[in-house]
Order: sequence, then C-alpha cells, then structure tokens
Amino acid sequence: MSAAKTPDPSGEIRNDLMEDPRERAPLVLGGQNFHTVSNKVAGIVEEKTSLKWILGLGLAMSIMLILVGSIGKLVHTGIGVWGNNHPVGWAWDITGFVFWIGIGHAGTLISAILFLLRQKWRTSINRAAEAMTIFAVMCAGLYPAFHVGRVWFAYWLFPFPGQMGLWPNFKSPLVWDVFAVSTYATVSILFWFVGLVPDLALMRDRAKTKLRHTVYGIFALGWRGSHRHWLNYERAYLILAGLSTPLVLSVHSIVSFDFAVSLLPGWHTTIFPPYFVAGAIFSGFAMVMTLLIIARKLVGLEHLITMRHLENMNKIMLATGTMVGYAYGMEFFIAWYSGNEYERFAFINRAIGPYAWAYWTMVSCNVIFPQLFWFKKVRTSIPAMFVLSIIVNIGMWFERFVIIVTSLHRDFIPSSWSYFRPRLVDISMFAGTFGLFFTMFLLFCRYLPMLAVFEVKGVMPAADPHHEPAAGLGSVGSGKGGHGHGAH
Amino acid sequence: MAHTESSAGSATPAAAAAVAAAVDVATRPFALVGHFESPAQLYRACETLRDAGYEHFDAHTPFPVHGLERAMGLPASKLPWVVLCGGTAGLSLAVWLAYYSQEVWYRHNIGGKEAFAIPSLIPIFFELTILLSSFAAFFGLWAMNKQPEFFHPVMQHPSFHRASDDLFFIAVEARDPKYDPVATRALLETLGTRELAEVAP
Repeated sequence: MSAAKTPDPSGEIRNDLMEDPRERAPLVLGGQNFHTVSNKVAGIVEEKTSLKWILGLGLAMSIMLILVGSIGKLVHTGIGVWGNNHPVGWAWDITGFVFWIGIGHAGTLISAILFLLRQKWRTSINRAAEAMTIFAVMCAGLYPAFHVGRVWFAYWLFPFPGQMGLWPNFKSPLVWDVFAVSTYATVSILFWFVGLVPDLALMRDRAKTKLRHTVYGIFALGWRGSHRHWLNYERAYLILAGLSTPLVLSVHSIVSFDFAVSLLPGWHTTIFPPYFVAGAIFSGFAMVMTLLIIARKLVGLEHLITMRHLENMNKIMLATGTMVGYAYGMEFFIAWYSGNEYERFAFINRAIGPYAWAYWTMVSCNVIFPQLFWFKKVRTSIPAMFVLSIIVNIGMWFERFVIIVTSLHRDFIPSSWSYFRPRLVDISMFAGTFGLFFTMFLLFCRYLPMLAVFEVKGVMPAADPHHEPAAGLGSVGSGKGGHGHGAH
Repeated sequence: MAHTESSAGSATPAAAAAVAAAVDVATRPFALVGHFESPAQLYRACETLRDAGYEHFDAHTPFPVHGLERAMGLPASKLPWVVLCGGTAGLSLAVWLAYYSQEVWYRHNIGGKEAFAIPSLIPIFFELTILLSSFAAFFGLWAMNKQPEFFHPVMQHPSFHRASDDLFFIAVEARDPKYDPVATRALLETLGTRELAEVAP
C-alpha cells in the first residue's frame, strides 16, 4: 500500500508513480474535492488576464500575420510563388496538410478511442487535445483550399447542383479527401461542443458579471445537470465516440489514398493506411505533450495533469513510434521482395540519394530517439519528454516531406529529374500556420475550461454512488447501509 | 440524523430570505427542491423515492452519477434509434447522390470503367453515413432534452448554482400523485436533504 492512496492535505505534488504494480496511481492529486476541482479549472478562465498570456497571444498573432501576408502573396501572384516544380508538383503544401491533419488525430484518439476503451486517465487531457484537433484541422484545411490556385472557386470541390451541371469525380481520392476532412472537422466540433456544455453551465453558474453569465449561458443551452438529460447525454457521447473512432481511422487512411492509389513508386503501397494512422497518432501525441507540458506549468494544473498522464502518453508515443519504424523497414522489404526495379530504385534512392539527409533525419527523430522512452527515468522526466516531443514533431514533418518529395523528384524519364528547394512563401506559410494554431489555442485556454471538469469529478473516488466517505464530508447521512448494492 | 436544515434554519441571512421568498408562492409550487453533499446520499434518496412510488422527480448533479437511472427507475435512452435513422438517411443520400451525379447527370467514360463503381465509392458512402449519424446524435440529444431551455423552475432554488459544482440536488415535482407538501418534505428530511425549498412554476 502506498502513501499516494491517501491524498496529501498539504497539497504538495508528490511523485504518484507507485512501486506496487497492483495499485494504480490516483488520477487527481493533492486532496482535491469537487469544489476545488471546479475552482482550479474555472479559476484559469476567471482570473485577471496575465501579462504572460498577453505576450504569448501577441507573439502568436504576429506569426499569424506572416500567414496572412503569405496567403495574400500567394493569391495575388499564383501558386508559382511556391517552389513546386515539375516533377515535384506536391511539396511543402501537401506536407503541411498531412502534418497538421495527423496532429489532429491524437485529439480524437484521446477523446474517442480511449473513451471506448474506458481509459479514465484521458479525462484530464481530452478537452485540450480535442481543441488542438480542431485548430490543427483548420491549419490543414488552408493548404488544399489555397492549392487550388483560384481559392474563390474552392467550393467546386463539393457536389452541388449548379447551372454548370458539373459534378466532382467521386472515384478520385482527392474528392474522398474533401468528404473525409470536412466530415472530420464537423464531427470533431460537434463532439467537442457536446463535451463542453456541462462545463459551460459551470462557468455560467459561477459568473460574476452579467456579460459572462449571458455568453456562457447561451452556449450552455440551459444545461441543469438533470439526470434525465445525463442519460441522453452520456448515450450521445458514447455514440459520437463510436462514430469518431472509425472516422478518424478513415480520415488518415483516405489521406494516404491520395498517394497509395497513384501508380508512383514509393507511394503505391498497401501499407500506407495503417502506417499513416500510426504516424498521425504518434505526431499528435507529441504535439499534445509539447502543449500540455507548457500549459500545465503556466496555469498550475500539476494536480490534475499528473505524471501518470504524461507517462501514459509517452508509452503511446513509444508504441506508435515503433510501429512507424516497422513500417519504414517493411517498405524496404517489400521494395526488394516485389522484384520491381522502379520500386527498389525509389527506396534505395531515398536512403542514399539527394534527399538522404531528410530520410535519416526522419529515421533518427521518429525511430531512434523515441526508443529512449523504454527507460522509466526518461518517461518521467519533464525536460526529457519535452525535448523528445519536439524531436518527434520535427521527425514527423520530415516523414511527410520524404514520402512526398523523394517519390516525385525522380520521374520515370531521367531528363525530368530535379531537386526541390523551398521558396520564401513555402517557409513563411508553414511557419505562419503555427501562429494560427497557437493563437487559437491561447484563446481557448483563456476563455474555455481547458479540462473537462465534470469528467474529472466523475473519476474521483467520491463520485461513486457507493462510496462512503470515511469522515467529514458526509456528516448528514441517514446512517450507513440500509440498501442493497445488488442493482449494479 | 445529524441535523436537518429546513428553510428557517439556512446558513446565511441572504439565503434564508431567498428560501423564504421561494417558499412564499401563491399557487401550487413546481417542485420541492433540496440537496445532498454526496452522490451516495442522493442515490439512497432516489431509491427511497422510487420505492415509495414517486415518478415525477429528478436529480440534478454536477456530473453523471452512474447507475442513478436504476435508483430512479428510468428507462434507457432512446437516442440510438434516432442515430440509426440518421445513419440510414446518410447512407441513402450518399448512394442516391453518387448514382445520379456519376451515372446520370455527369457520366464520364474513363477507360471504359464503370461510372457507378461501388468499391471506389465506399469512402463517400462511409463519410456521409458518419456525418448524418453525428448530426442525428447531436440534434437528437438537444431535441430529446428539450434544450436550449434557458429557464427552468428548479433554477430558482437559492443554491442551484452549485448543482454544476459540488451539490447533488433532488427535485420532487408537485404534479406527482404521491406529492404532499408535508409528507414529502418529511420524507426528504429524514433522508438528510438540506435547504429544502418549494420553487414556483
């Protein structure tokens, strides 16, 4: 029996990793009760705006302005301002698209798949991760929208009855992508909003000003925690989780079809869907980790986002990183085993050709460095996991770059061979998407409860209707026992 | 029984005044509302009310107290049927749209391949099924909950703002045939309900 079982009344954060493997570390530390959890999370939104936040938002918005400027230049001049050439017709644009879509996937994994698997530790991190999903999909959506060249015609991607009588080709993977990404964005927003409603009601009920009461009140839809409502609510949440799970797997599978359905060596492989999904979860967890390490420190959420949460995320990164490493190896095996000389050339060229530097950056960042997570010391060290999460973010960007550019730059006709170099607008636009992402994330942290308060309360021991408080809390009880527990 | 607070013995003068105001209703009240400090007490209270034959009562809690529906005698949610309809509509829409747009309205002969080729249309079918199922789950939820509903009588209870924080409310509606202003109050008091107050409709 470990001391971590009894909450520390001093509120000091102790190491909650248990020596006894039969015991699980508690998910909420520091002797919290329901009210202190509300105070902790809602307090972040209610306290006075800190200078740190204003400076952070200023920086993020400045970077976002770079995005606005880059897009202005792009739309005004045409997509020739990118370094794309022939044969490298897709480069940083699609790399950025796949990078951001992949990051979004961790949010859905945490909110939907871990929910279905009854992983209660998700409750402290799902809200922020879902928000991250939505913002990442926003960044991703910019690329295909502007890559069409004349962005004011981007709506032609959707099927609609118009006087042109023009319908998109539903057999094209790029049209599948339109359906998948727009469905994903819509369902993610619905799921996120459903999760927010009870916490918006909490914000409404705590509001000190008329404005806050009105605005939170409108979005809380009059939520009053009725159990008749909770019954429908929990069923809706379960169904949305059940729908999001195959959806998120389909989205990155369809993104990978953009490549796999083509006949290009290096793209035309059946391993792509699972490989892309594993990579997406891997990169997304790295981004959640980067954000939460900063956020929990800045706003003091160490009692709610504990070392157990961080360690679990590191374990998932280790698992998915290793899966990605397996996929890298299997691609080479199939290139050799297929006996197809074009396929073989594409992969040998990847490892020792002009882009070998990018390939080996990818392998070291995604496969070699994450192996450090086998060591518990690394998994439980905040500086180590922070550095590793950034390394993984970099590595996963390179993965998409390697897949896209190295497969394209050696065409079937050697006279078309070329080398892709990014131009200023390639770089500034990608950098600018980080500005958009962090602007949205900072606004979210400031105005919405960044932890799912009601879900965190629900995993505390006192939330169990058969939990009998040892002392203090329930002094008004009408005697212990007296009813059968057989109903459960 | 440690102690039971009735409307007269509330903690602060302001709360006492508010409780008195809430009690002082000319017409029949909407419900008798009180609260507990733990899910366990609420669970026992719900079981007792259910066994005493009450039907029109509700619990208001900061988070879903699992299993409470059994203590309250509530049936399971019907939402899955709404979602099934949504999903069926989504799949039908996708098949219809794909057939007419690919086969009828804008048919293209690409290498002699079938225009309405089902395997290559599965992603579209799948995504639209998911999309309309999610819409059904989302809008079905709020329709079944009859929300948005910005005012509800139970919100008049002076401590109801804590129903989203740390108190567990019980509300026995006056329309329940078993409801009796004196007997129901006495029953809830023996269960340890605090700050009992009648709220106006």
